[in-house]
Amino acid sequence: MPLTESLRDDILASVPSLRAFAISLSGNGDRADDLVQETLLRALANIDSFQPGSNLPAWLFTILRNLFRSDYRKRRREVEDAEGNYAKTLKTQPAQNAHLEFEEFRVALDKLPQDQREALILVGASGFSYEDAAAICGCAVGTIKSRVNRARSKLAALLYVDGAEDFGPDETVRAVIGGNG
Amino acid sequence: MKDVKSPASKNTTPGKGGLNAEIQSRIGHQLRAMYDDVVRQGVPERFAELIRKLDVPEDISQVGDNGGSNEQNGRE
Repeated sequence: MPLTESLRDDILASVPSLRAFAISLSGNGDRADDLVQETLLRALANIDSFQPGSNLPAWLFTILRNLFRSDYRKRRREVEDAEGNYAKTLKTQPAQNAHLEFEEFRVALDKLPQDQREALILVGASGFSYEDAAAICGCAVGTIKSRVNRARSKLAALLYVDGAEDFGPDETVRAVIGGNG
Repeated sequence: MKDVKSPASKNTTPGKGGLNAEIQSRIGHQLRAMYDDVVRQGVPERFAELIRKLDVPEDISQVGDNGGSNEQNGRE
């Protein structure tokens, strides 16, 4: 469909969640914004292939996800970079304790395999249905479900080893965060 | 499917997939907190500008308030 004003507004309205998705995937604010920019340019260049009435956010997320994937194959992301740069992208710094907990979570998330991380983010944070997430990732619904489950299990193992009442990071995570522990 | 450490007896009933429901909800909460933090930042000027500059066919658009063009610096 041609680019109408309302479609343009809808694209604009999707930018905040596209950024959140990009940062969650890449762990790097600068790269994430480049990714969003490239996504927008590509979407606008191919706007004719967008089906009116279909799910615009899902369409945009698919473009971003594919861009990230092809980019990812070229250069492997650097974990140390993810730790430092992510915090800088936040306008509101969480309080000290919350911040540490937040970093732990970020580091744990980075340890997930790519497939699992994106599935978890799409379903657990972006709020897509399993069906939409499957379409975005180009796989079966059942595959998405099992990726999300495995992602949750792994995060739980990394963050909350002994159960809910034992709320400390495990040694590996602590070592990665502290660097000197 | 990977086994999470077998739930210790002190734990209450494990939820689906052997995961305690409380842990599940904590993970979900953390994930959304991280994500929403970025969403709340809104649309950076860089992207608003990029999208605003695009031409919309004339018959549909009549962008009234296009006068105050302050695009002296599109990129930083």
